[in-house]
Amino acid sequence: MAAWLVRRLAASIAIVWAVVTLTFVIVHLAHGSPCGQPDGRPIAPEVCADLTQRFGLDRPLPVQYVKYLGALLHGDLGWSFALNRPVAAALADALPNTFKLALTALILDFALGIALGVYQAARERRFGDIALGNAALFVNSMPTFWLGLVLLLVFGQRLGWFPVGGLRDLVLCPRVDSLPCAADFAWHLALPALTLGVVGAASTARYQRAALLDVVRQDFVRTARAKGLPERRVLLVHALRNALLPLITLFGLTFPFLLTGAVLVETVFAWPGMGLLAVNAILQRDYPIVTAAALVASVMVVLGNLLADALYGVADPRIRVRAT
Amino acid sequence: MNVWNWLAVGGAAVLALVTVAEIRRRVGTGAPGRRFFRHPTATPALFVLAFFVTVALAAPLVTPYPPYLQIDITRLASHPPSRLNPLGTDPFGRDVWSRLVYGARISLGIGAIAMLVAVTTGVVVGGVAGYFRRWVDATLMRLVDVGLAMPRMFMLLMVVALWEHVPLAVLVLLIGLTGWFGTSRLVRAEVLSVREREFVAAARSLGAQPARVIFRHVLPNAAAPIIVSAALGIGNVMLLEAGLSFLGMGVPSPAPSWGNMIADGWPKMAVAPWCATFPGLAISLVVMALNAIADALRDALDPRKETA
Repeated sequence: MAAWLVRRLAASIAIVWAVVTLTFVIVHLAHGSPCGQPDGRPIAPEVCADLTQRFGLDRPLPVQYVKYLGALLHGDLGWSFALNRPVAAALADALPNTFKLALTALILDFALGIALGVYQAARERRFGDIALGNAALFVNSMPTFWLGLVLLLVFGQRLGWFPVGGLRDLVLCPRVDSLPCAADFAWHLALPALTLGVVGAASTARYQRAALLDVVRQDFVRTARAKGLPERRVLLVHALRNALLPLITLFGLTFPFLLTGAVLVETVFAWPGMGLLAVNAILQRDYPIVTAAALVASVMVVLGNLLADALYGVADPRIRVRAT
Repeated sequence: MNVWNWLAVGGAAVLALVTVAEIRRRVGTGAPGRRFFRHPTATPALFVLAFFVTVALAAPLVTPYPPYLQIDITRLASHPPSRLNPLGTDPFGRDVWSRLVYGARISLGIGAIAMLVAVTTGVVVGGVAGYFRRWVDATLMRLVDVGLAMPRMFMLLMVVALWEHVPLAVLVLLIGLTGWFGTSRLVRAEVLSVREREFVAAARSLGAQPARVIFRHVLPNAAAPIIVSAALGIGNVMLLEAGLSFLGMGVPSPAPSWGNMIADGWPKMAVAPWCATFPGLAISLVVMALNAIADALRDALDPRKETA
């Protein structure tokens, strides 16, 4: 087990290193410099030269790379050009917002997805199954950000049930420190979380249905039925436990997606998380933040995979890893 | 929209129906074909796809205006759907239906080409890795690990935003070249099992070169997952293109793509919801059709793993 863990960790670190290096190369081979703003505001050449020198952008690329990696190993992510503050501080502001959104969406995703999948499997090939299956396929085929736009239009703008974006009411609740403000936060969270959660649930339901139908055809389910257990207990206790296994893989894939793939949904809802930070950094040529965002994203992917593997071991003793 | 446009749309629908019926008649007789069409959504999905392809090909016939034309910027901007503009006009006074149809050419085209690039690369890499094993396999699969850990959307955004003026062809190539990692894993797994079969040993002992063995003997027997991942791939690329264009980093305006139509309509979402709603619906419909076809293909080509 320990040997396996060491090997996996080494491989994970290598992957993260490769992604960071790739990002570094893409970013630094790009035309132009951080002085040329996309809005075309002119910057005095002296100022530009000074900035370039201060951030070390005039050094040869390999030197910059080694310096960057060295700083990274000391936990220093660099200094953001555009925000003029440490990258770590900007990430520390954005990550919790993304975590809150992702966690809510994840709970919604799996709760709704598993429930729908079980219902569909129980009503296999009957009307409810087919109708829900097609609905799930449709939702699963939508561009997520477009669903966000439509929900925003209907529930935010037309019906006015939810706010049209942002994290909280900036006037009444500068900080989330009281019960009304927590409610205000939840109110702002509802639509973006619903958007991500519903789309996720649509694919979770498809997986769950297929997994459950696989399990239901196995012998132990027949045994459970034969000994006279009620169908509800057979399905929800005996079969479901075994059908949750494939969902672990899905969880490992969804987890990093919600933290980084929510780029567009965060943009639509003006949710100040990792996605919005990354998009703005890209538009402003804020190299340090761009590279740091890629770092965070790859760490999440690797972490998701590790987590899924570990959960497999917990959920199913038969596939607990051998120390190889 | 005049009578001839409506007639042309009707003609396109009839043509799509005939195509689907013809496919059904030709393919539906064999065992895989029967399994394919037994899927309740397979036939409607094929029809939706055939309809959009026909309409896209016959774009000048089914649309009343060129996609760039600002019909009457003072009176016809953000106009709701009417008899003349069946899907309304966008904030720049252009006909949404015309742009939707011409946009189908671009969106479907990007989907198809990027998918071809991705699947070809994935098949070659997966085939080579699975066939030669050892260090070739190890090296290529580590590469794939990195590729899968890369945030794709984010990387593409980065390239387009930082390397100003990326031509559309390069963008399509990039989308394709960042989309093959999953396919190569599937193909490798399939090749690993196929290469141990007797007919592969027979081909090798007859003196066939590795390239011939891989492409003539191994890959055709690993076709099922490749075809399914190709069908899913087009849909994924279309969603990706929509996202990139939405952020203004995909197909550059004024060329219409379903993604940048949503982007154009978004700021006026509150007063002119039709501009962003219809292209989104079109994407959803086509991607759903592709997903349904992929589902049906999976059952048709691989009866062991039935999903329905």
